[in-house]
Amino acid sequence: MPRVLLAIAVLLPFLLALLPALLERLRFPPAAAAGLVAAGTAALLAIVAQRVVAGETVLVALPWAPTIGLDFALRLDGLSLLFAGLIVGIGLLVILYAHYYLSDEDRSGRFFAYLLLFMGAMLGVVTADNLLLLLVFWELTSLSSFLLIGFWRGAEEARQGARLALLVTGAGGLALLAGVLLIGDIVGSYSLVQVLAAGDLVRADPRYPLVLALVLLGAFTKSAQFPFHFWLPHAMAAPTPVSAYLHSATMVKAGIFLLMRLWPVLAGTPEWFWAVGGVGLVTMLFAAYVALFKHDLKGLLAYSTISQLGLITLLLGLGTPLAEIAAVFHVMNHAVFKASLFMSAGIIDHETGTRDMRRLSGLARHMPTTAALAIVAAAAMAGVPLLNGFISKEMFFAETFALSPPWSWLMPFAATLGGLFSVAYSARFVHDVFFGGEAQNLPRRPHEPPRLMRVPVEILVVICLLVGLAPGLIVEPALRLAATALLQQPLPPFSLTPWHGFNLPFGMSLIALAGGASLYFARRYLWELHEESSVAVSGRHITEALLRQASSASAALHDALQRGGLRLSLLALLFVVLAAGAIGFGPGGPVATRAPIVADVGGWLNLVVVLAAAAATVLMHRERVLAIIPVGVIGLAVSLAFVKLSAPDLALTQLLVEVITVLLLLLALYFLPQHSPRESSNPRRLLDAIVAVAAGAGSGTLAWAMLRAPGETLSGFYIEQAKPGGGGYNVVNVILVDFRALDTLGEITVLGIAAVAIAAILDGIELPARKLDWDGRPWANGQSLLLEVLSRPLLPLALLVSVYLLLRGHNLPGGGFIAGLVTGTAILIQYLAHGNAWVEARLPPHYTSVAAAGIAIAALTGLAALLFGAPFLTSTFGYVTWPIVGKFELASAMVFDLGVYLAVIGVVLSILATIGRQHGFVEEG
Amino acid sequence: MELLLAISIGALVAAGVYLALRPRLFSILLGITLVSYAVNLFLLASGAVLADAAPLTDRPGPWPDPLPQALVLTAIVISFGMTALLIVLALRAVNERGHDRVDDEPDKGAGEGAHE
Repeated sequence: MPRVLLAIAVLLPFLLALLPALLERLRFPPAAAAGLVAAGTAALLAIVAQRVVAGETVLVALPWAPTIGLDFALRLDGLSLLFAGLIVGIGLLVILYAHYYLSDEDRSGRFFAYLLLFMGAMLGVVTADNLLLLLVFWELTSLSSFLLIGFWRGAEEARQGARLALLVTGAGGLALLAGVLLIGDIVGSYSLVQVLAAGDLVRADPRYPLVLALVLLGAFTKSAQFPFHFWLPHAMAAPTPVSAYLHSATMVKAGIFLLMRLWPVLAGTPEWFWAVGGVGLVTMLFAAYVALFKHDLKGLLAYSTISQLGLITLLLGLGTPLAEIAAVFHVMNHAVFKASLFMSAGIIDHETGTRDMRRLSGLARHMPTTAALAIVAAAAMAGVPLLNGFISKEMFFAETFALSPPWSWLMPFAATLGGLFSVAYSARFVHDVFFGGEAQNLPRRPHEPPRLMRVPVEILVVICLLVGLAPGLIVEPALRLAATALLQQPLPPFSLTPWHGFNLPFGMSLIALAGGASLYFARRYLWELHEESSVAVSGRHITEALLRQASSASAALHDALQRGGLRLSLLALLFVVLAAGAIGFGPGGPVATRAPIVADVGGWLNLVVVLAAAAATVLMHRERVLAIIPVGVIGLAVSLAFVKLSAPDLALTQLLVEVITVLLLLLALYFLPQHSPRESSNPRRLLDAIVAVAAGAGSGTLAWAMLRAPGETLSGFYIEQAKPGGGGYNVVNVILVDFRALDTLGEITVLGIAAVAIAAILDGIELPARKLDWDGRPWANGQSLLLEVLSRPLLPLALLVSVYLLLRGHNLPGGGFIAGLVTGTAILIQYLAHGNAWVEARLPPHYTSVAAAGIAIAALTGLAALLFGAPFLTSTFGYVTWPIVGKFELASAMVFDLGVYLAVIGVVLSILATIGRQHGFVEEG
Repeated sequence: MELLLAISIGALVAAGVYLALRPRLFSILLGITLVSYAVNLFLLASGAVLADAAPLTDRPGPWPDPLPQALVLTAIVISFGMTALLIVLALRAVNERGHDRVDDEPDKGAGEGAHE
């Protein structure tokens, strides 16, 4: 039961994502709808969580695409539960906050739909048990983040930010895909159950460095680590609830989560220590430094987020179990205080109209409650004692001593420096905004926000305080669960207390606090220094330059190949094919081993006919009516070749299609010019001829090589199984209606689409009915009495033959395609002999319905197999004894063939009748 | 026999490609028809080719390869649909533009005398 609930909990936000948008039309507040969905998910997760708290890992797995190893497999363990709690908990607060934040003009239904999509995707990432599934959700978070950042689509900045985020995280996702595929290849499974147990195997594999690099690329781009951090500041163009939710509390933690999830598999090597620890360290220091110089409130928070994520990455890189515990703890703390800070920044923006710290000042007088809340949250960020950020930072400081020299002094130094910067930017956030003199020229008169808009901030700040005062009581159980799931081993002893006494870490904290405060008050000198040394190149510029070059290169290529003509594109294609073919032939010709078939006189004669007719087609192609004759001749010669080459079904099909095609061309030529003028210059024709001859020589040689090369028949299985498995002797037909019935179903569907497309293309146009042909001669008027008389008895005969062909198709040449063509031809002859009106008075032309019915019958036959628990399109057969006829075989595949039969009739007649209906002469005739 | 088949395939491809490079939709249609004959023969040739037999297992073997035959059978019917679609496109083009040229790119080398 809990397993089903887990699956529902993850899918619920997806299934109900549209609910807010739909209810908005009924004047139901979309935030309430989204809140209900999120609360439902939370409730379901809470039920499942009881099992996890009891020490169980809840697993559910449904096959999705088992052949590639992709299962819809979910797991809820301590680590997943902690992240899921953050996602749903902060999600609920953000929904409440966004309700007040968004204005009436915003399409908030759409906003909350995106938000639910994101929530589902993020829940999927943290609960996926299959790495491929994790990746699917991973990409969904990138996509929904794109939609949310670009929510105010009118703003250029928002669109750019959204694109940049998608580009960077999407590229990382591709790298991650490659990494995951490699892991799957090494372990032999994508299931985390197996992967987590195979850490030694992965680390010992020669491809381990590659796997690590690819996975880290994915994680670092997502979690905005240096040098991929630059998308996050630009994502601040998003509405602030999005920044609070995605870009501080949840999505940017997906990379961190991935590193935690795969920690038992990938960590513990020098490569891991250097890559993860190094990147984390650089990110932490660099971003903390930059944050100090940002004048935009959200810009400051964005860089501080990058810096804090760097801190967590650094902890993960250290690799000691205690550092991992500190990392998990800091993830929780950071989510809580940073979300509340973003919300405060949003309130300030909302109530004053600006986020520029150079303009804001003295707001504590106007919004004292908000100021108090933001100050506490900022203090938590700075690591002030008795708040949650202090405890996890102390753990971090303590862990930096665990290294051997020279790191034993360098790492504590770097950690203190990072802490010092974070104190300085926190101080700036508080002091610049809330203290100082009265702000001048604010766009709006500052005041407190609506009461309920503050509630989410209050809840988060209270959590900051409670965790800081009584960590053992509030978070230790959850932390122990999560850390156990992360480490996959028993936890080392540790204690969470607000006060560890006067020790080295506390000394570092004091240095950071004092140093940070002095740095803030000495900031003027620092800014001057920064102005002089700052570099203008950023990751964003590089990315955009690359993008511009890529798109101009593709535009240049496009312009070179597509110059408003089909011929050039076709030539380009042919050149590539010829070049590829030439490379393929390479040195060494084919070796003849197969016994050749001796050619008889008929074969030679056929060749001569084909060559002559092909030449005639080319020579006469400008005289359109005449050119149809040699094409028809080739068709007949090909069908004779099929007879000789043991393909009776093909011969019949080719013959019938040839008849119908010639009729079709003649019908259409009535409306088309009768001649093609000579339009190409001689050099152009010469080039075309050379390419054509080269193509002909190439394909002829290829066919020759293929025909003489030894080869095993492809079809041993089909020949053996035709009778016992498919119940027919005619293997070609059994393949069509049984073994490869899905292909056939696709094919008749394509035919149906062609018929519909043709009707659509001709819909609404009236082709001019011509009294004279294009040379000014009158059309022959009058019908052939002979044809009229002979065609009438032909119809019942032809129908009889086609039924016979349909029924015998399973065992002898025939079947649905051929029978359908026979029936179609017979009816076409009626059209020709008697005219449209005569035929359609007797046979209402519902041909597309016939075609649709045929496709439906074929599909339903396939579906019927499901009722018997067999896969789609499984066939069965049996024997009945009929009076007179005797023992007769009935196969379900024959019903399928009936569908093919009807589809072919419907398509052929609807195409020809559609064109024919445009005709004057058919009506007159 | 193999040689005859290979020559036929080559000749049909050459004629078809040349026609497909012409600027009128109708010529292209003829070209594609010829190429599809060639492709069908080529597909058939990819199996074990036999003369004077049939893929009917109630008769004594050896049997020809039935799989390429099944592929070709549907290909023949599909190419009919394709031909029909192209010819209807030509009809629509003539109806809207008065001609069925597919090449808007002017041929600078073509003099006045090249036009009929």
